[in-house]
Amino acid sequence: MTNLALSVRAWIDERFGLEGIKHLAEKKKVPAHRYSCWYFLGGMTLFLFGIQVLTGALLLLYYRPGADEAFESVQFIMTQVQFGWLIRSVHSWSANLLIFIAFAHMFSVLFLKAYRKPRELTWVSGALLLFLMLGFGFSGYLLPWNTLSYFATKVGTEIPAQIPVIGRPILLFLRGGEDVTGSTLTRLFGVHVAILPAIATLLIVIHVALIQWFGMSVPPALQAEWQALPPEKREIRFFPNFVLRELMAWYVALGALGALAALFPWNLGVKADPFAPAPAGIKPEWYFLFMFQTLKLIPAKILGLEGEMLGILAFGAIAALVLLLPFLDRERPFSLHRSIPGLACLFLGYMIAMTVYGWVAK
Amino acid sequence: MGLLSGAGTAVAESGHVNALRRRLSKLLFGTGLLASATSFLYPVLRYLIPPQLPDLGGGTVLAGRVSDLKPNTAKTFRFGTRPGLLVQTGEGEYRAMSATCTHLACTAQYRPDLREIWCACHNGMYDLNGRNISGPPPRPLESFEVQVRGAEIFVRRKQEA
Repeated sequence: MTNLALSVRAWIDERFGLEGIKHLAEKKKVPAHRYSCWYFLGGMTLFLFGIQVLTGALLLLYYRPGADEAFESVQFIMTQVQFGWLIRSVHSWSANLLIFIAFAHMFSVLFLKAYRKPRELTWVSGALLLFLMLGFGFSGYLLPWNTLSYFATKVGTEIPAQIPVIGRPILLFLRGGEDVTGSTLTRLFGVHVAILPAIATLLIVIHVALIQWFGMSVPPALQAEWQALPPEKREIRFFPNFVLRELMAWYVALGALGALAALFPWNLGVKADPFAPAPAGIKPEWYFLFMFQTLKLIPAKILGLEGEMLGILAFGAIAALVLLLPFLDRERPFSLHRSIPGLACLFLGYMIAMTVYGWVAK
Repeated sequence: MGLLSGAGTAVAESGHVNALRRRLSKLLFGTGLLASATSFLYPVLRYLIPPQLPDLGGGTVLAGRVSDLKPNTAKTFRFGTRPGLLVQTGEGEYRAMSATCTHLACTAQYRPDLREIWCACHNGMYDLNGRNISGPPPRPLESFEVQVRGAEIFVRRKQEA
């Protein structure tokens, strides 16, 4: 190290005490076993979130919310601004990868039972973050104001309106009026760039702090054989060993992201026309497709009740179950403990099947 | 003894080779990282530079109608993305020039009482040919060519001879 670097370090050390950080970095360990690879997914989600923040901030420099300007400003970004197409493409691709990896992270935590005591709140904060990411996806989708996003938002905001009593107020709140208009656009824009990021930042801090607090969970199936090993065989140091591996994964992800964005740039589509009929084959983004397809297949009436409404309530109930999962994983009052992996498998299978069905269905 | 010293040399040599390898891999790793960081940062930096907006370069602009102006009055008009100033002199002649003051880019105005162009920001003065005559402006205003076609007054950039 040069003299300057040394004296800067000494200056900081004198004021903040780097010993504590150094000690922490030396002490922090990550379990090493055959399922360790799943530990990287959370960090990967965080990395992609960082990419979203950066590219999102860049897009804000040229984007203009408003029914008359939004489409044109995105068009401007993609055709006039240097590398604008790349920045927007990376933002879209990264959003999709983020949601995919967040789902993978959730299911890996679920199957490895990492949510069990004492990490219940880590799970709850993570589940909330996943819902928030879906909210980001939904609100961001409308921003280019193209036909596809316009109708997806129309349908998407109509769905909660089926819920009795609170449905209609939710619709008015989401749309900022009776219909999807410029008011909806400014509203979802505000949600996308201010409200959700604020909540997400807070939740990420809590989520990461909880992970730091409790350390990484070791799957129960492994715990016995893993405990038998001497410490140096069962853990690696967080710094630098784990960090360098994670950085490598991020680096690869960044490369993949760049390649995807450059080779398959995101389309802008056609400007939304609120008075034009919806084009055939209108579909939401893939991560909403399983819900969309289910609602399409549900009969209009089930036992005299609105089928659509039942479907929505069912998805609401599933979301609540996901959120409260750690508290359901117990012997009493019902022995859910053993059936959770099976149920999760079933749901995952259902999600995949419905997504594929929705994808190929006309 | 000879055997031992030979072994020592071998160790020293392999240490040397290792150091060399280490330096080489550090160099490759460093340049690789630097190159990829550059390739990520370059598009971002280029993105930050706003693109040139289409300027109505040598185009002809409708500045106003004959009925808009009386002698010794003026009006501003849009010339591309910037304001222009169309003046009818006391003698009834039309003059057109950029209204952007050459000092700090405020928009200048016509002063009928002085029969001059005045910038209110720092009291800059131009004559009706756009020449800077007092105050801080360092250069004359760009003057435009005026064409009256029927009832309409058109303005365009002076063609460079």
